[in-house]
Amino acid sequence: MAEFTSLRAAIEDLVPDGSVVAMEGFTHLIPVAAGHEVIRQEKRDLTLIRMTPDVIYDQIIGSGCAAKLIFSWGGNPGVGSLHRLRDAVESNYPRPLEIEEHSHAGMATRYAAGASGLPFGILHGYTGTDLAEHTNVAIIKSPFGGEEVTAVPALNPDVAVIHAQQADHQGNVGLWGITGVQREVALASRNVVVTVEEIVDELDLRGPNGAMLPSWTIDAIAEVPRGSHPSYSMGYTQRDNAFYTKWDAISRSREIFSKWIAEFVSGPDDFSTYLAALDDGTLTYLVDDD
Amino acid sequence: MTENGYTSDEIMSIVASRQLRDGQVCFVGIGLPSEAANLARLSHAPNVVLIYESGTIGTRPEILPLSIGDGELAEQADLVVSVPEIFAFWLQAGRVDVGFLSAAQIDRFGNLNSTVIGTYDEPKVRLPGAGGAPEIASSAGEVIVMLRHSARTFVDTVDFISSVGFGRKGEGRDRYRGAGPSVVITDLGVLEPDPRTHELRLVAVHPGIDVDDVLDQTGWQLQVVSDLATTEPPSGEELRMLRELKERTAVAHAGS
Repeated sequence: MAEFTSLRAAIEDLVPDGSVVAMEGFTHLIPVAAGHEVIRQEKRDLTLIRMTPDVIYDQIIGSGCAAKLIFSWGGNPGVGSLHRLRDAVESNYPRPLEIEEHSHAGMATRYAAGASGLPFGILHGYTGTDLAEHTNVAIIKSPFGGEEVTAVPALNPDVAVIHAQQADHQGNVGLWGITGVQREVALASRNVVVTVEEIVDELDLRGPNGAMLPSWTIDAIAEVPRGSHPSYSMGYTQRDNAFYTKWDAISRSREIFSKWIAEFVSGPDDFSTYLAALDDGTLTYLVDDD
Repeated sequence: MTENGYTSDEIMSIVASRQLRDGQVCFVGIGLPSEAANLARLSHAPNVVLIYESGTIGTRPEILPLSIGDGELAEQADLVVSVPEIFAFWLQAGRVDVGFLSAAQIDRFGNLNSTVIGTYDEPKVRLPGAGGAPEIASSAGEVIVMLRHSARTFVDTVDFISSVGFGRKGEGRDRYRGAGPSVVITDLGVLEPDPRTHELRLVAVHPGIDVDDVLDQTGWQLQVVSDLATTEPPSGEELRMLRELKERTAVAHAGS
């Protein structure tokens, strides 16, 4: 049964040092506020999983919280590289980062296998690529006719952290729009933390692809309005494309990055300082020209 | 801007957009392919079905998305499915006619690299990675590739095969559902694989482009077909639609 709690308490209780954490969100519904709390609490030696590690994983990796990253596409969407991720992989800064790399189809299959309680999933994939030699996949033959398929190991994170639009007072979570792998990761993980835009009397489930996670599949829910910024929560907020572009400049320099993290993430008590800076236009002042 | 009144990027997008036929189902990569695919939809191919890996099917964005998961894609889609579903039920099962991709490097056999420059374990440049491309490249009916021409990009052998074209030795596509790269559109011209050897050959140059320039910007000894064509220059209508699309997009992305 889901408990309503503060984000701070949820991360303290359910994301211990050394744990395997999947903070998912396929461009949409990215749990940024929760990621900031991980940085604020100075978690260490995490194994991070995410199909599309973007700005929030760049911030967590740049803050030295992660020992390993399991992923399939690590960039700043539409903008370019994640400079903190690159610095970790290319120069071991601020600490070495082990990587385990897959394709999107492979990661999606791994989550679905994990959610299904299976040891592995299968797909047609990886063949002919060099990735097959650098990651944990195996070609197997179908017992029903011998066709070759690729097996990928199930993912069962210690904890899933996702953002969603709504929870009702019973702790049922509603999300819609691009749902990515939100349901799969929640059902694949031992514990589930959800931040929501709003707690409502009745879930809307409006818009395309409305989906629900019942209260009894979730451990902790915290209400964090705008908690996915610069990602978005369809029906509540818009994607802040300009911030993604600015992030390129902030993250290029170790010094500017550290200053930015100290001022807007690790220094403040909670996410409200970040939102206040967003509202008064100072969130990117370190790299603004004017 | 050339003397003809269009840029090399504009003719690349317009020539690439012409490759899509009306009614085809196209799995779209972000960036250059997304621009070309949407231009096709807005011009000669209104019934093209655009699919993005975020699970948006049959989407008709008014502005170009910055990411593969912008809200615009979901709001304008016929349906939105989960990420496991888009790859398994739609791409892998063979419902996609055309994959539309870009990459950091391409080699003479149409293999694509979006993973590392240098070695995997000690990369000179760590690129974002393959994302959805490997399975698009293997499972889509055919693949259209689009990228700017330079000797750094068009290399003899890619440092890393992220997405397979015809393999390291051009051995072919027997193992894959799809036929592989059918055409490569660049800012200088058009390449297609030789049907027998699978090696990419220059089949057309854009108006005003010298073949020697293309050879200089290609990292292997590029073969040129004997009946080399010159691409049709952009029409006024094509240019107007492309520029309006980009203008709408720039205005929308600047606001935050």
